[in-house]
Amino acid sequence: MSPVMAVARRELRSFFVTPVAYVFLVIFLVLAGILTFYAGDFYDRGQADLQPFFVMHPWLYLLLAPAVSMRMWAEEAKGGTLELLLSLPMTLAQAMLGKFLAAWFFMGIGLLLTFPIWITVNYLGSPDNGVIVAGYLGSWLMAGSFLAIGACLSALTQSQVVAFILTMVVCFLLLLAGQPQVLDFLQGSVPRRLLNGVAHLSLLRHFEAIARGVLDVRDVLYFVLCIASWLTAGVLVLDLKRTP
Amino acid sequence: MIETEQLTRRYGTLTAVDALSFRAEPGQVLGLLGPNGAGKSTVMRMIAGFLRPTAGTARVCGHDVRKESLKAKRALGYLPEGAPSYGELTVREFLTFIVRSRGLPADQGFRRFEEVVGHLQLEEVLDTCIETLSKGLRRRVGLAQAIVHNPPVLMLDEPTDGLDPNQKHAVRQLIDTMARERTILISTHLLEEVHALCNRVVIIANGRLLADATPAELEARSRYHGAVSFSAPGSGVSQEMLGRLPQVASIEVDPLDGRITVFPRPGERILEPVESLLRQQGLEVSEIQLERGRLDEVFRQITTGQSRPGPVREAGA
Repeated sequence: MSPVMAVARRELRSFFVTPVAYVFLVIFLVLAGILTFYAGDFYDRGQADLQPFFVMHPWLYLLLAPAVSMRMWAEEAKGGTLELLLSLPMTLAQAMLGKFLAAWFFMGIGLLLTFPIWITVNYLGSPDNGVIVAGYLGSWLMAGSFLAIGACLSALTQSQVVAFILTMVVCFLLLLAGQPQVLDFLQGSVPRRLLNGVAHLSLLRHFEAIARGVLDVRDVLYFVLCIASWLTAGVLVLDLKRTP
Repeated sequence: MIETEQLTRRYGTLTAVDALSFRAEPGQVLGLLGPNGAGKSTVMRMIAGFLRPTAGTARVCGHDVRKESLKAKRALGYLPEGAPSYGELTVREFLTFIVRSRGLPADQGFRRFEEVVGHLQLEEVLDTCIETLSKGLRRRVGLAQAIVHNPPVLMLDEPTDGLDPNQKHAVRQLIDTMARERTILISTHLLEEVHALCNRVVIIANGRLLADATPAELEARSRYHGAVSFSAPGSGVSQEMLGRLPQVASIEVDPLDGRITVFPRPGERILEPVESLLRQQGLEVSEIQLERGRLDEVFRQITTGQSRPGPVREAGA
């Protein structure tokens, strides 16, 4: 078995033998339901789609993804197992990928467990299931981006709390990057080109495009690149920490 | 085989390991000895590939840890200080993870798993969470993890630290049985361990190599090497008589139990002359002993630099 899979399986095992997994899943599902039905006006809108469900995901992930990613490296550094892990014959990139895949797969499970809402909407009306599939994919990609950011920041510190807060702040900033308030604030002080760049960095913008059912390659590529670059940054952080 | 070449690690202005060069061959148990904070763990971490050297390098079975780190790691079994492991996993899950990430083929991995578990007597705790195990058992799990891929080189950082005497004995026996065909590097600050395990010793302090010798050679440096001590209760042994022997340098009497130690002049053997003198005098001697030398004294001498400053090398075994 490749070391990537070995690490991923061990990570998943650790999720499920501790309460982390169950606490996360319960809170995720409950919050997803509450936000959709109450904050999202699922019934009163009178439309057979899952827009109100997906719109809440960025904010849900903002709270929950850092909780999944915070222990990734911080716990290993604190518990001394990092020394063990790094003396096994695998590269840092393999270890990083294994950990990330486990967390991403785990959040994917959470996402799949929201299937009752998909059944509900199909029972109540006849939604465009293609759009819903795209929405799920976009949501999962965004979860991956949050986790990749968390993986990198967890490598920075031994403290899970610090990792949690840092991840939340960075994710929050990236979510808001494309919002009018932020762009208005930056307008005038930064060149137009840069402003455009900032707007394109916004996670929210790319997610909303996919969630509307427009599966543009550029949006998907954005998330894939986002994940890849944060994971690479995380590997560099780990590498830097063992170099004098 | 483990080889270090001018291995150096600095943290800012602090030099934790300073141009350290030594070599351990197959069949050898090399003890890395030094006071706490001497740099023993840092040396091991660099060999294990966890830390990068600032300068110099190390080789495991000829594989440079900087250039061929994966090959070096494959040849190495490593027990980090305190035997860290994933406490929430069971012993079985933990060892399975190690087998998998070492990339052993399934059948071979399974066979080795069974062997190691039997060897370290872990059968009964296989499905127990590691964090609920006793210190001794956890150490055994750490050892199992280090040897599961049957590595030619084994590196153990303070393998018996914090264990009770029985557990220490068990771990030492285990190391002894593994020593024959392997290269083993252990770090310790326990001198009894050196006697029990090592056939060569490297002493470091403040990151620098101070001695590289066999335990016997180190003992020979002791003031006590070749001294004769005896107890003669209830009889007035004449110290003058002993002092008159041409081979004797000095005599000391332990103020507590009255034990008499006779020190030889350099290169002299004094057991026989002392014995015959005692016989001639018709003195009742309850017990007489030829001292091999005291490692703790030599260790103190070397690491605190009380005598013979600078690195001293003697022919390694």
